[in-house]
Amino acid sequence: MSRMKLVMVGNGMAGCRTLEELLKIAPDLYDITVFGAEPHPNYNRILLSPVLAGEMTVNEIILNSEQWYAEHGIRLHLGRQVTQIDRRARKVVAADGTEAPYDRLLLATGSTPFMLPVPGSDLPGVIGYRDIADTEAMIDAAQRHRHAVVIGGGLLGLEAANGLKLRGMDVTVVHVMPWLMERQLDRAAAGLLQQSLESRGLRFLLEKNTAELVRGESGRVCAVKFKDGESIPADLVVMAVGIRPNTALAQSTGLHCERGIVVSDTLQTFDPRIYAVGECAAHRGTAYGLVAPLFEQAKVAANHLAMYGIGRYTGSVTSTKLKVTGIDLFSAGDFTGGDDTEEITLNDPCGGVYKKVVLKDNRVVGAVLYGDTADGAWYVQLLKDRQDVHELRDHLLFGRTHLGDAGHKGASHAASLPDEAEICGCNGVCKGDIVKSIKTHGLFTLEDVRKHTKASSSCGSCTGLVEQILASCVGGAYQPADSATKPVCACTERSHEEVRKAIRDHKLLSIPQAMHFMEWKTPNGCATCRPALNYYLISTWPHEAKDDPQSRFINERAHANIQKDGTYSVVPRMWGGLTTPAELRRIADVAEKYAIPTVKCTGGARIDLLGIKKEDLPGVWKDLGMPSGHAYGKSIRTVKTCVGAEHCRFGTQLSMSMGVKLEKMLFGMWAPHKVKLAVSGCPRNCAEAGIKDVGVIGVDSGYEIYVAGNGGIKTEVAQFLCKVGNDEEVMETTGAFLQLYREEGWYLERTVHWMNRVGLDHVKKRVVEDAASRRALYERLLFALQGYADPWLERTREAALKREFEPITVPD
Amino acid sequence: MSTTELNWIEAGGLDDLPKPGGRKLRTPQGDIALFRTSADEVYALADKCPHRGGPLSQGMVYGQRVQCCMHGLNLDLASGKAVAPDQGCATSYPVKVEGGRVWIGLSLAAAGCACA
Repeated sequence: MSRMKLVMVGNGMAGCRTLEELLKIAPDLYDITVFGAEPHPNYNRILLSPVLAGEMTVNEIILNSEQWYAEHGIRLHLGRQVTQIDRRARKVVAADGTEAPYDRLLLATGSTPFMLPVPGSDLPGVIGYRDIADTEAMIDAAQRHRHAVVIGGGLLGLEAANGLKLRGMDVTVVHVMPWLMERQLDRAAAGLLQQSLESRGLRFLLEKNTAELVRGESGRVCAVKFKDGESIPADLVVMAVGIRPNTALAQSTGLHCERGIVVSDTLQTFDPRIYAVGECAAHRGTAYGLVAPLFEQAKVAANHLAMYGIGRYTGSVTSTKLKVTGIDLFSAGDFTGGDDTEEITLNDPCGGVYKKVVLKDNRVVGAVLYGDTADGAWYVQLLKDRQDVHELRDHLLFGRTHLGDAGHKGASHAASLPDEAEICGCNGVCKGDIVKSIKTHGLFTLEDVRKHTKASSSCGSCTGLVEQILASCVGGAYQPADSATKPVCACTERSHEEVRKAIRDHKLLSIPQAMHFMEWKTPNGCATCRPALNYYLISTWPHEAKDDPQSRFINERAHANIQKDGTYSVVPRMWGGLTTPAELRRIADVAEKYAIPTVKCTGGARIDLLGIKKEDLPGVWKDLGMPSGHAYGKSIRTVKTCVGAEHCRFGTQLSMSMGVKLEKMLFGMWAPHKVKLAVSGCPRNCAEAGIKDVGVIGVDSGYEIYVAGNGGIKTEVAQFLCKVGNDEEVMETTGAFLQLYREEGWYLERTVHWMNRVGLDHVKKRVVEDAASRRALYERLLFALQGYADPWLERTREAALKREFEPITVPD
Repeated sequence: MSTTELNWIEAGGLDDLPKPGGRKLRTPQGDIALFRTSADEVYALADKCPHRGGPLSQGMVYGQRVQCCMHGLNLDLASGKAVAPDQGCATSYPVKVEGGRVWIGLSLAAAGCACA
């Protein structure tokens, strides 16, 4: 069967990204032909400013080399402008007569700089700022001329001005509005920006209307004349007053165009064989001029071209970051305010910091940051997630970087760090490595950076710094995905939320069934989705869905923790941290019998035996005669206790017995991530209940219950949930809280992250205020845990389960 | 690699391998990871991740790949090569399944690595 023909007109970022997405999901569907008017293969247009500024070369910003096109069998026509589309004969014709027939046509013609219609705008020395040719013209002018005038004080104009200044020109920026970047910044932030740019030697003329560009004796432009009669010398004039979607070709063939080529949610024009993506397209009345939305469009267009037909593009939230080295500026969403919005601002002109977050109905709708943009990604996330932030209001402006507490010497601002600063303390990745990788591989997402550099891919504590570096390299092209719609992994388009819902609503009971029902793109998933699906199945349908050990990580499959040399560690359960002389004797005997090299007390008040060979595990468990401590699982780990009123002269409650009861109740509880509890017998809190998933603190009149604390990567203090009167109520409330987490949490989400997402109010409503709901949750937990057998005991008894621990041997 | 140089040894039954999954095989030439995919293909790689030496036999098998249990490197089972952008390669061994028994071909000379 001959393949369908896909022709792409326009060889820029949006179009090529569409092809890349298409080749990923349907590599053999089309014969592809690409026409590009420029003589270059696809390059990273947003890095033209660093090229102008002399920080990078043209070669470094190429995204797809000519070899890439060849490797994918794409016919590439460079330097050939398509001038005609014959929709009846379904072919395109280029200026030089080259023709190409199509079954599907993808228009990605981008945009052109808008040139002010003033006398002299066609003089030599007057250019727009759009492509490599413009950039080269500017670099050339800087070598031979002195006075540059940039008309337009927006993002592009300022980047051009900064580059020309660095190239040694005298630069004046002319702007018609009262402040710079008025579409991205409010007046206060723009003022700080202007000051900073002035200190670098740029001049600004605001509220100036250009009347004429004056021709000099040589025929080249020599001055800019304003409507107020004033004029300034100019050997180079860069027009950066805006862009116009390039719709001429589409219009000439009768496609409906408004501001851009009008497209549907599937990126189809009024002729369904013809798609349009990128700056040339107008979707729901908006033509986007930033890169991030174009990538989202590319994904949907590719999905549709591949004939999956399940993606829809519904518009984008955009954010902006100025790529002028040394200036930190960020804005997102709608920050102009209005009657129904509120603004929270922080203004420190001396310190050069300005922050404004705009709220509407307790949700973030916009943000402007100057000087300290560390939390830009967080605000975009809150904005996209439409998260209710009233609980965060009082510290919203102080940010919540995704940074952990350790591993990066306390630094929180990536911009100020030198290239050799270590960003990722787990994998030893420096800032310079990350920057280099982003630029040479053309990376735009956190996932890409993780894959290429390993930074932020282990504990995740440096994620916030990596995001900042990414944003400072690619500007607004870096967009954190909204967590609610982010797919579980590359095997599916579905989010965790959608997967959970489908499993619940359609009573899916096995991984193959779930993958089939949800149209997984891979035959049996990957190491990311398989464990998540397994957890969702067994937590949603306890006793019905079958646990799949092959979808669990080695620790949960072997019921022990693998160590760096391939041996395992064994942590027997000691209920509430209590043990007996008999248990200690058995532990000592086992350690000697199996020549266990290391015996250590854990932070969870129990004993770890390290360095055990896998084949010895069943024997060790049998000889210990103690149940599994689940120190290896996304499950209940420990309930740490202080000695409490049993012995302590300050104790108000019997914390040891409370802890033992809780731990016995929760034995065998799998969860989205590990779960740790603590019970203290008085507010001195010796069991450190303030940094546990559930912390119970005894007071004279009962117990206080704190939830969603965390003592690991980032210390999070647990929040007060409620006060209860007796042990029974502690059990029910704790059980209900954990069951809600088990039912709503996404796989690998700790309680603190889940609660940040859903809000403490929501948790209180379901667990504290509504007694029937609390009871029902508690009962569902008890039902799920009914009859759970100790996995160690099972593996000492059942031959089939022992096989996991035996290597296959061949005779010598 | 010509088969004449291979020493075929029996490495248990197909059903001794979890599906999909892996097991460690002890041989005189060192540990080898035997894998069975959900499509019942069997592959053998040196049981040593090219990243930091983790035992590949303990990893999670999906599609035609295994993810190392130590730091998450993904390897293609057929070639032993790390999935891009990661780099590295584990030695792979020829395998055949006959009558439900698994045979693995150990080279008498040095074993082959796809990226060598």
